[in-house]
Amino acid sequence: MPRSLRAQGHPLATLDQQLRVLLPSGRFPPFEQSLSSHGLSPLTATGIDVLQLNLGKLCNQTCKHCHVDAGPDRTEVMTRETMEQCLRALEATEIPRVDLTGGAPELNPHFRWLVERVRALGRHVIDRCNLTILRVPRFRDLPAFLAEHRVEVVASLPSFLPRNTDAQRGDGVFDDSLAALRLLNDLGYGKEGSGLELHLVYNPVGAFPPPRQASIEADFRRELKARYDLVFNRLYVITNMPINRFLEFLLRSGQYEPYMNRLVSSFNPAAAEAVMCRTTLSVGWDGLLYDCDFNQQLELPTAPGVPSHIADFDPASLSRRPITTGLHCYGCTAGAGSGCGGQVVR
Amino acid sequence: MSSYYKPEDLPRFPEVGQGAPALWEKFNQWYGAVFQDGALSSREKALIALAVAHSEQCPYCIDSSTRSCLELGADLAQMTEAIQVAAALRAGITLVHGVQMKDVHDSISM
Repeated sequence: MPRSLRAQGHPLATLDQQLRVLLPSGRFPPFEQSLSSHGLSPLTATGIDVLQLNLGKLCNQTCKHCHVDAGPDRTEVMTRETMEQCLRALEATEIPRVDLTGGAPELNPHFRWLVERVRALGRHVIDRCNLTILRVPRFRDLPAFLAEHRVEVVASLPSFLPRNTDAQRGDGVFDDSLAALRLLNDLGYGKEGSGLELHLVYNPVGAFPPPRQASIEADFRRELKARYDLVFNRLYVITNMPINRFLEFLLRSGQYEPYMNRLVSSFNPAAAEAVMCRTTLSVGWDGLLYDCDFNQQLELPTAPGVPSHIADFDPASLSRRPITTGLHCYGCTAGAGSGCGGQVVR
Repeated sequence: MSSYYKPEDLPRFPEVGQGAPALWEKFNQWYGAVFQDGALSSREKALIALAVAHSEQCPYCIDSSTRSCLELGADLAQMTEAIQVAAALRAGITLVHGVQMKDVHDSISM
């Protein structure tokens, strides 16, 4: 299995190096400039509908496009103490949705304890699942646990074709993913009337922006049913972000400039207005706060003057905070836009 | 000039409109409308464009149509089948002209 950039000692594992690549220059207009030209600056939060917790960088896969640079060689995981701070923040508010991501969030030793506690608070829980984790022997009872606690599963599957999926996510991932989807379907996930939501995530397998969500969702629904008798609720189309391993791929393949040009030239003010960071607060494995999971991976903290750690959670100021932006933000505003819930402009 | 076809020329395509801006504008509007979803989806149209690009052997069009196909959700199998159609047509077009060859042959042969 390939190693993370960090384990390779790759220059891009140093965030300063990534931020240097992502500095605005004559080639691309600063993101703030694009916002300003449409009267959208400064971009500010409008509330906190989603508390997204990154439970760690540990993962059983090393996907080529991973913006986290996650992998089996990463050791950073959220502690029980930090989770308790997150729970206190939830208790102090009515934030309705808690989005668990990683790495593979299920690999955090406190994952199930956290899910039970969040559900006891009456909040909706989302598990961003890579599917193959459900096939690891010691996680065999995980699908039933997720179903018992009515956890929404958002699962990565970039293609209904083995070659494309394995090219992005690793050899054998496609077959394991289908087997995991079958386990979930057997429990009722993705089936009408079950109340168990199963959404798929599509990322392009290469240096190009994604198609319209409705168009590709219809293909997935038809092909997964016809070829494998599998069902799901929705397909979320997410643009690959020029961060960590996808940035490494862009630079290595000579596609960085063409890809960024494509994103910049597709800037859509309607998508910028609807970006997820305006209603999301992202918590890192160490409790630090960010506007989104992408800023988290670039270690771009929340704006000065608002809390920077979950221990100092203050819903009033965080709900109206200015958003920290950069060149990578063009990934969320190109075309129909992109976020953890898919395209933002229908 | 090392080559008549240079990748950096593709983004310069709009310069072709400088001599006749009104006509360029009409071309752009019509071109954009042709590729919208209609009786055929925009993806199907991109696949047709890819096949034509190969048949016409235009490097610019192969580059841009390949990207369009991928951005519209086509996969390598669909794209390859599209150019197989173009190839089959080119072969058939060559062969069907054999009827003319045969007519000439028959008219001058004993």
